[in-house]
Amino acid sequence: MGYTLDFTVVLDALPSLLWGCLGTIGLALSGMTLALAVGVGGVVARGSSRRWLRSIVIAFVELVRNTPFLVQIFFLFFALPNVGLTLNPTVTAIIALGLNGGAYAIEIIRGGVQSIDKGQIEAGLALGLHKGQVFRMIVLKPALRAIYPSLTGQFIMLTLTSSICSAISAYELTSVAQRIESETFRSFEVYFTITLMYLAISWLLMTGFSVFSRRYFDYPTR
Amino acid sequence: MPSTAAAASPSGDDPLIVMEDVNKWYGAYHALRDVNLSVRRGEKIVLCGPSGSGKSTLIRCVNHLETIKTGRIIVDGVRLDDSTRSVDAVRSEVGMVFQNFNLFPHMTVLQNCTLAPMRVRGVTAAAAEATAKRYLERVRIAEHAHKYPAQLSGGQQQRVAIARALCMEPKVMLFDEPTSALDPEMVKEVLDTMVGLARDGMTMVCVTHEMGFARQVADRVIFMAEGQILEEAEPESFFRAPKHPRARSFLGEILAHH
Repeated sequence: MGYTLDFTVVLDALPSLLWGCLGTIGLALSGMTLALAVGVGGVVARGSSRRWLRSIVIAFVELVRNTPFLVQIFFLFFALPNVGLTLNPTVTAIIALGLNGGAYAIEIIRGGVQSIDKGQIEAGLALGLHKGQVFRMIVLKPALRAIYPSLTGQFIMLTLTSSICSAISAYELTSVAQRIESETFRSFEVYFTITLMYLAISWLLMTGFSVFSRRYFDYPTR
Repeated sequence: MPSTAAAASPSGDDPLIVMEDVNKWYGAYHALRDVNLSVRRGEKIVLCGPSGSGKSTLIRCVNHLETIKTGRIIVDGVRLDDSTRSVDAVRSEVGMVFQNFNLFPHMTVLQNCTLAPMRVRGVTAAAAEATAKRYLERVRIAEHAHKYPAQLSGGQQQRVAIARALCMEPKVMLFDEPTSALDPEMVKEVLDTMVGLARDGMTMVCVTHEMGFARQVADRVIFMAEGQILEEAEPESFFRAPKHPRARSFLGEILAHH
């Protein structure tokens, strides 16, 4: 073996890598927030009485789920400036992650909403609440609880997918790693390190999800 | 509600609910056939009949959980016409208790009771809580106000559901088989609550097979089959001598089971 491992380059670059981790976490959290909004909004629109609105949601979900993320992000980054919409790489990455994650979230949350007993909705309506109030105050929380494991699983996916945003040099861990690798040619050390870092980020997020779940879904079920 | 109403018998011609020539279909299935029904203020009505006879459908039409095809429904002077305005007006005056309680699992008992008064009536949190506590007291469950529905027994949950509906200070209460999902030992506590409500003068329309309850509180028993009202009578004469053959066989069946 002519290759000697040398992790000193990683140590030297550690501050940059840690900033990269923060970039990834920032991208992930912003992307999740947007994805959750798109998901909930999409479910509402999907259940609208207006047919055109339902069609738009269905078309959006189909489009996003059946095309590669890399192509989606290239489209947002390179094609949109042609129609006068230029965004910086990190903002583009957040939008791409939010829309992509949102499309998956729509299907997941819709499953949760459909799992809610119709009697819950009727009880709300019978009390005089409007459809929108029934959705927000009665249906949404139990629905999210029902699909929480799938939704958070999808959000971990979103976090890992954020590495693809290095393709448009958004500020995140993989692009930082690529820069260090191109300066030091220490591919193994650099990518081995960020592999562990991604693992740590995932664990951190999963811990966060379960803490949130214990606090937010604090009511007992049968 | 005025406690004097308990003593006064249902007063003459003051209908709270009027249904005229109501027809409803589920696809080709004729669920309600030319239903005519008038409920006076303070009156207690028990609706009975075999399953699938349209009793639940009928009371669900009163607060527009079901829509009708033809006919008219007027509740407290408001004609239900599918407009949001009429539906809102009617629903805020009509309380409903369901077979499966339908308490909101993510809210405490107290929150279940204050939600609609605050969001629909615009009552302040403090006022809504005071009202809720009063009604929870009345259904004898105040000590569980801060528990969640899943921590209560079926009978307790149903009493909370009654209190929740009462918190809107409705003019009429609809009961859709309120004891059918309960274990036998819990039926009594719910019926007792309903009897108390009846004594206080509440207008009630109850779909139930509890014939003891019907005897005790009903001003009229209405027997339905296949979407039609086949017989209306005072409980005593209905139970002693039902006129319609369908009613006779129905009573024979349920009494055989008791």
